[in-house]
Amino acid sequence: MSSIPGTLLTPRQVADRRAQAPHSSMFARMLLRAAVLRRRRAASALLAMIVAAAVATTMMNLYVDVQAKLRTEFRNYGANVVIVAKEGQSLPADALAKVESVLGAKTLAVPFSYAVARIKDGQSDGQSVVVVGTDFARARQLNHWWKVSHWPSAPNEVLVGMSAATVVSPKAGSSRQPFELTFQGKAIELAPAGMLQTGAGEDSRIYLDQSDFQNWTGVAPSTIEVAANGTAVDVEASIRQLAQVLPSADVRPVRQIMEGEANVLNKTRATLYASATLVVLTSALCVLATLIGWVFDRRRDFAIMKALGASERLINGFFAAETAALGVVGAILGFFIGIGVAAWIGRVNFHAPVVPRFSVFPYVLAGSVAVALISAVLPIELLRRVQPAIILRGE
Amino acid sequence: MFPRIVYESFRRQARRKLLAGIAITLGVAVATAMIAVATDIGDKINRELRSYGANLVVTPQEDTLDVEVGGVNLKPPSDGAFLNEADLPKIRGTFWHHNIVGFSPMLSVTVKVGSDAKDVTLLGTYFNKALSFGKDDFTTGVRITHPWWKVSCGNVKESPNCGWPDDNSQNVLLGERLATKLGKHPGDAIDVSGRQLTISAILSTGGAEDDEIVAPLSVAQQILGKPGAVRRVYVSAMTKPPDALSIRDPKTMTPEVYDRWYCSPYVESIAYQLQEVIPHSHAEQIRQVAQNEGTVLSRIKGLMLLITFAALFASALAVSAAMATAIYERRVEVGLMKALGAGNLAVSAIFFAEALLLALVGGVAGFSAGALLAHQIGRSIFNSQISIEPVLFPIIIAIAVFVTFAGSAAAIRRAVKFDPVFALRGEG
Repeated sequence: MSSIPGTLLTPRQVADRRAQAPHSSMFARMLLRAAVLRRRRAASALLAMIVAAAVATTMMNLYVDVQAKLRTEFRNYGANVVIVAKEGQSLPADALAKVESVLGAKTLAVPFSYAVARIKDGQSDGQSVVVVGTDFARARQLNHWWKVSHWPSAPNEVLVGMSAATVVSPKAGSSRQPFELTFQGKAIELAPAGMLQTGAGEDSRIYLDQSDFQNWTGVAPSTIEVAANGTAVDVEASIRQLAQVLPSADVRPVRQIMEGEANVLNKTRATLYASATLVVLTSALCVLATLIGWVFDRRRDFAIMKALGASERLINGFFAAETAALGVVGAILGFFIGIGVAAWIGRVNFHAPVVPRFSVFPYVLAGSVAVALISAVLPIELLRRVQPAIILRGE
Repeated sequence: MFPRIVYESFRRQARRKLLAGIAITLGVAVATAMIAVATDIGDKINRELRSYGANLVVTPQEDTLDVEVGGVNLKPPSDGAFLNEADLPKIRGTFWHHNIVGFSPMLSVTVKVGSDAKDVTLLGTYFNKALSFGKDDFTTGVRITHPWWKVSCGNVKESPNCGWPDDNSQNVLLGERLATKLGKHPGDAIDVSGRQLTISAILSTGGAEDDEIVAPLSVAQQILGKPGAVRRVYVSAMTKPPDALSIRDPKTMTPEVYDRWYCSPYVESIAYQLQEVIPHSHAEQIRQVAQNEGTVLSRIKGLMLLITFAALFASALAVSAAMATAIYERRVEVGLMKALGAGNLAVSAIFFAEALLLALVGGVAGFSAGALLAHQIGRSIFNSQISIEPVLFPIIIAIAVFVTFAGSAAAIRRAVKFDPVFALRGEG
């Protein structure tokens, strides 16, 4: 095959040349030539392999990452842990700093302090209203669902709940009037910066900045709402840690939020798992169908090799090596395509990229090679029972 | 002659046809199951999201200001307006009553407990009350709207009456922390403002109710001396995520837009309809629950849609691969047919007829298998049926035929173009 035209080699020369070459060279050459000469069929088999590996990578990546993504979505429901001072007391002054040192700076913790003030309407003490001191910047991050017309920025500016507004500061034209409240004889004039609408208890309260609130009432925060990240187990651990550093307070999970999240997440995960399994199985089937066809198609090669006296082990090894090589190349290419697709889905659906998980690569690789080997072994098992002569005759 | 060729081809190459048929069946089954799950997942997850509790609250129109800190109401409870309990079953008469999973009326009363006469809040509500509206019998209450409320019997394991109280009884639930404070156990009697009530179990909610007594609504009404009074009603409804139409003010809409808005299960339009059926009421969405469920729902739906596309793509490829292999193996046959004078068209027609038969048989079998698979997924994950729309059947069959044809087309073209001489000599 590789002899130079015109120069005839004696059998001895040929034997000499072959003796020097490593014995594996023929094996490697057969592999290589098979791929090059039948590149169209090889390419279609490789394509199936790549697509299957890409789909499998995408699904595995999504399965791992989507749970983390959904957990971030669930944090929009607000605090899942509350720290409440024991009855009639305030939390220690360093409570917020302690919470942040335990849970890390990324966790959101918002202090709240409560007082019941009276509305001053000229002559006598008027109706009671609950005034809450808080940190507006943090509350805004924690409670995404609050519908606020304008957040306060200047001192003594307040956020007025929808129901509270009708009582304390009736609408005068387009703007709302400042109003006066008294707490234990101390009066304060407050300017409504914006309206707050939540559909819950917040609607009948007035929100004031914590430092203004404390100057006026002298009441320190009695509640800290915490949005703890992570799985249910992580949150449980956070609760235990918080209870340890704040022995004077009551640390409890918000069951409504925790159980709702667990419920929805479990169902979604189970659905995702079922779908991922189906999709991966289908793509494995696709590879199996293509590769069996590809190997079966080469029964003549098989017959010639057998007729020339190749051992069964050699033939099996040859086909296995060929399909395994296909599996490896397909897995590598498919893995990177799959990572790309997963990242794209993350951006389209969650507006945040899915982090590539290189840990799934061994599984994709092992799966690809296993499917490739199965699809090589099946047709060979069938062909082994047939005489080479029958195959070569084309029957 | 044509039907005979096709018939003989199926009879003599039964095994090969079976392989291609299995590939089509599996592909169609996966596609059917995924489409069924994806179209139903919104409804299923919507139901699961109800475990976050009520997303609507109905209050009297002239509601006075609540003065409530940490779950303790500091305002005299007899103040202000009330809703009428008799109006509540009408909630089942609204346009979207199928979407309303449940509702719970609430009435808080401040009561004196025990000998030291401590102020405690007693919350009256429905636990699992049987009601009827017209011919429609249903049950509703906190066990549906507040699924995270848990009752326990504490150390009293053997108490036969331990559990959720009956709505028509004088039995109450005692909040977890209040129970510790008072040292009471299930089965004990409790003196509430001069009334002897029985504690049927300890309630744990993780919220303000842990410091309260929760009683049947009628008990709270008797204590307050206002029969039929309800302070607010929590409604749990399955809603559609908000969009540009949902947030518009119904007063500014044209009649057609108004009809469309009214007939969509937006949280805003359900609130509007609740206001219509309950006189002198104001219905408001609870934004913490209502606003977030839209986002979660659309994320999960979007994800399933993309995965369904992946599944359709993978099954289409599997079917094409199987068909291509099946046809490629029959080049010799093509060579023979062409040598006997068959035209390209005649040869293609035979292959397409075979593909059509395979696609129809595989499509029907795959659709049934897929329906079964979807049913299994629905039962094991969501504990409920995943309904398969009958309209899906022709669509699935059409997709099966299309994919089989598309998968075969390239292989058929190649088989037809192949020179019969080479084919007959056995050189491929």
